Amino acid sequence: MDSYQELIFKLKKYWSDRDCIIQEPYDLEVGAGTMCPETFLRVLGPKPYRVAYVQPSRRPADGRYGENPNRLYKHMQLQVLLKPSPNDVIEQYLGSLGAIGIDLRKHDIKFEEDNWESPTLGAWGVGWQVMLDGLEITQFTYFQQCGGIDLDLVPAELTYGLERLAAFLQVKDSIYDVEWGGGATYRDVRFNDELQFSVYNFEMADVPTLWKLFELHEGEAARLLKLYDPKSADKARFPLLPAYEHVLKCSHLFNTLDSRGAISVTERVAVIARVRKVAVGVAGAWMDQQSTGVEPPKAEAEAVR
Amino acid sequence: MNLPFLLEIGTEEIPDWMIPPALESLQALFVEAVGGQYDASVDATPRRLVLRAANLPERQADEVKRVAGPAVNAPEKAVAGFARKQGVAPADLQQADGHYVFSKLIPGRTMRDILAGALPEVILKTSFPKTMYWAGKNGPRFIRPVRWIVALLGGEVVPFEMAGIESGNASAGHRQLGAPHVPVTIDTYESKLRDNGVILSAAARRAKIEDEIRAVRIKPDPALLDTLVYLTEYPTAIQGRFDPEFLKLPEEVLVTVMRHHQRYFSVEAPDGTLAPKFVAVMNTSADPDGLVRLGNERVLRARFNDARFFWETDQKRKLADRVPDLAHVTFQAKLGSYLEKTERMVALVKELHGDHAAIRAAQLSKCDLTTELVKEFTELQGIVGGLYACAQGDPKEVWQAIYDHYKPVSMDDSIPRNPAGELVSLADKLDTLRGCFSIGLIPTGSRDPFALRRAAQGMVKILVEGELRLPVRKLLGGDNKLEEFVLDRVRYYFKDIRGFKYDEVNAVLTSGWDDLVDVEERLIAIQAVRPTEDFEPLAASFKRIQNILKQAQFSGDGGQIDAALLEPGPESELYSAFQNVRRAVAEQAYRPALESIASLRPKVDLFFDKVLVNAPDAKIRQNRLTLLHTLLAEFSTIADFSEIVTNT
Repeated sequence: MDSYQELIFKLKKYWSDRDCIIQEPYDLEVGAGTMCPETFLRVLGPKPYRVAYVQPSRRPADGRYGENPNRLYKHMQLQVLLKPSPNDVIEQYLGSLGAIGIDLRKHDIKFEEDNWESPTLGAWGVGWQVMLDGLEITQFTYFQQCGGIDLDLVPAELTYGLERLAAFLQVKDSIYDVEWGGGATYRDVRFNDELQFSVYNFEMADVPTLWKLFELHEGEAARLLKLYDPKSADKARFPLLPAYEHVLKCSHLFNTLDSRGAISVTERVAVIARVRKVAVGVAGAWMDQQSTGVEPPKAEAEAVR
Repeated sequence: MNLPFLLEIGTEEIPDWMIPPALESLQALFVEAVGGQYDASVDATPRRLVLRAANLPERQADEVKRVAGPAVNAPEKAVAGFARKQGVAPADLQQADGHYVFSKLIPGRTMRDILAGALPEVILKTSFPKTMYWAGKNGPRFIRPVRWIVALLGGEVVPFEMAGIESGNASAGHRQLGAPHVPVTIDTYESKLRDNGVILSAAARRAKIEDEIRAVRIKPDPALLDTLVYLTEYPTAIQGRFDPEFLKLPEEVLVTVMRHHQRYFSVEAPDGTLAPKFVAVMNTSADPDGLVRLGNERVLRARFNDARFFWETDQKRKLADRVPDLAHVTFQAKLGSYLEKTERMVALVKELHGDHAAIRAAQLSKCDLTTELVKEFTELQGIVGGLYACAQGDPKEVWQAIYDHYKPVSMDDSIPRNPAGELVSLADKLDTLRGCFSIGLIPTGSRDPFALRRAAQGMVKILVEGELRLPVRKLLGGDNKLEEFVLDRVRYYFKDIRGFKYDEVNAVLTSGWDDLVDVEERLIAIQAVRPTEDFEPLAASFKRIQNILKQAQFSGDGGQIDAALLEPGPESELYSAFQNVRRAVAEQAYRPALESIASLRPKVDLFFDKVLVNAPDAKIRQNRLTLLHTLLAEFSTIADFSEIVTNT
């Protein structure tokens, strides 16, 4: 039986064999793999792209102090983005399940309608939750819009819930009993994380401090966006990626404030609109910046030739 | 010669609930495109929408079209030019109505051409509540990507291209049970699919599921069955079990988890209580190693564990202690929090003379919105509050009222089971309606985000079926738009739900609708009296009276009938009959009263036969109009008979 890490290796290998770049996780807090620039920004514009990466995804409100066998503050997604979506995308996806040892002739697979929408990112798509013997193992989305922009090429986004999949394959009732690798369990590796962040998010995070941070990051993103000049000859070097990191910070702070119970439902809509505004701003500027056609410099050897 | 036709639109999995309406739309579009029914029938699985027609004509009939040319006296050059344009000699032209004409033969198009031209549009126009694009920004839109198209007319492919796909004769089998590429002919189509793990007929899939669950005592669930029929290409039912320990949780919670979250049928023990079993329906033919059963059992165990955790955590705080928390739950930005809504509901319940139980239920009704269980299973709002109130020792009147206060959730649903529940439900709906209308949130067309139609409909149902004689219009707070909106629902309820004739409903409502129980009684009376022989002719006479009064621009002006001015004979007789009937009606229930009124018919007929309303003497004319007006006014309190549609 494969360990958790073996499962990840196999999925990465599978998608690597299908011309995906294997990226490493983004090094900021995000709520889902979708929010990483590798998805959020790459889906924009007419350039094809294929990428897969594991993304630890933080959802403060889902924390359960390490006590709930199925819920985590930080779970891991394997995010696969295929832009444009190939015609046989579902067959390729099903093939990946075969690659991790699921014999589909012995199981029940259903594609149940589940459309995805992220108001904070101005993004939505249609798709399914993929059910394996009654367990949701993957979210499958055809992106339609991102950052408020209709997409030129429709990407397919496959998001595997890695802990669930591993628990399923290892026949474990608790995620914490999943064998991670090297003789360690998921509990050995992650329990403290879950416990301490639950305590922080639910009990100890200082609300005024979080609001202050939120405003600082929002302000910095907005400041940069104001400075972006589409007519500038130098615009290719303008720091939109750093601006986007401040947007991500806002999004995570919003989630933390939310789990702390600091955002009323009324405020909620307004705060989401604030994050959305900077997210959409970055997406629009990014589209403009990319349309200049400036390519990254070629590797030296090639440039010499 | 007639040919059979087959169209299969192969797609990725279509949401189950969208399939039946899409098939209807597809069929209608097809019939329109080919100009006839031709025994067209439709069927579907999640991955294919199929249309078959039994006998399409191979080609349309030829048509002769007359093209009009220049006048007969036009210059020769013009005539020659017209003939040349039609490709004939001037001598071949005929003359008609002073013009040269050419009878042009338009050969009928072949069905193959018609279909090849029309099908791409037929497919893309098929209506879905939501569509997507998948082949680039300006590409075609459909519910999910189209991956193959089979289009066969007789033995041949109807050639066309749509969304980058060429029509052909190759279908696809079940993802696990069949081949990805399955060539078919019209005759072999369904059997080839069957060989490849696909049961095309929705009826056959339904029958298969029903067969397989027949031996188990499941809780009937037609909506779930519909879902499963269109969620599978090859359904197979399996049974699983769960730990009986979970039966300590409320049945409502267990059933919701199984039904809404896992799409399982619940199973009943012989005594009608819940059994620790479930039935899942797979989209495959078998579970040879029992892995599917085990997998489903594990998922259910995890779900039940969650529910138990929430159930126990929530119990640590009483419902009553949660009231202040409602200040943090927004009902609507401009209408405030649920705490404010609760306060308004309590005031309304008091206004409606609710007893102590009703007031307590109103106070606690929304508290479950702060519980973990409702956050997880939102569809259990109200029910969870009721269950907690019960577990926390509130009396039956109270907990049942909380439990039921969202009822009726549809027109098929029952109203709350006790009076307190009826009042709390009314107060909730009334508050929502008044609030939303006061800030301009008025439903338009299909947009009704606050489900105000359902609220109004539920209110009407509770008032009538709960026999609550409450002044509806006063409750609506004098808002004209809201009154109109609710009147519409009242009309819908009596007409479409209760099946009264539309003119009877109009007649009764025109005479007032402040008390809906009274409206129902009047309707029942009208319905009973309507078939009697005097009724409709009398209704026609009332209409005549109304027209006469309208023409004379007579509105009563408070005058009394002067008996001395009445002409002996039909006029006096009508008057005395009217007085008798009036006395009788005053003491009678609606039905005999209507019968009494109907008995006036011969006198009214005779009056119109023999008496000239428009008498030359102004005083007499005035008196006659007063008589008719009084008659109409007196007898229109049950219903406005002039609204009754008659054949006379």
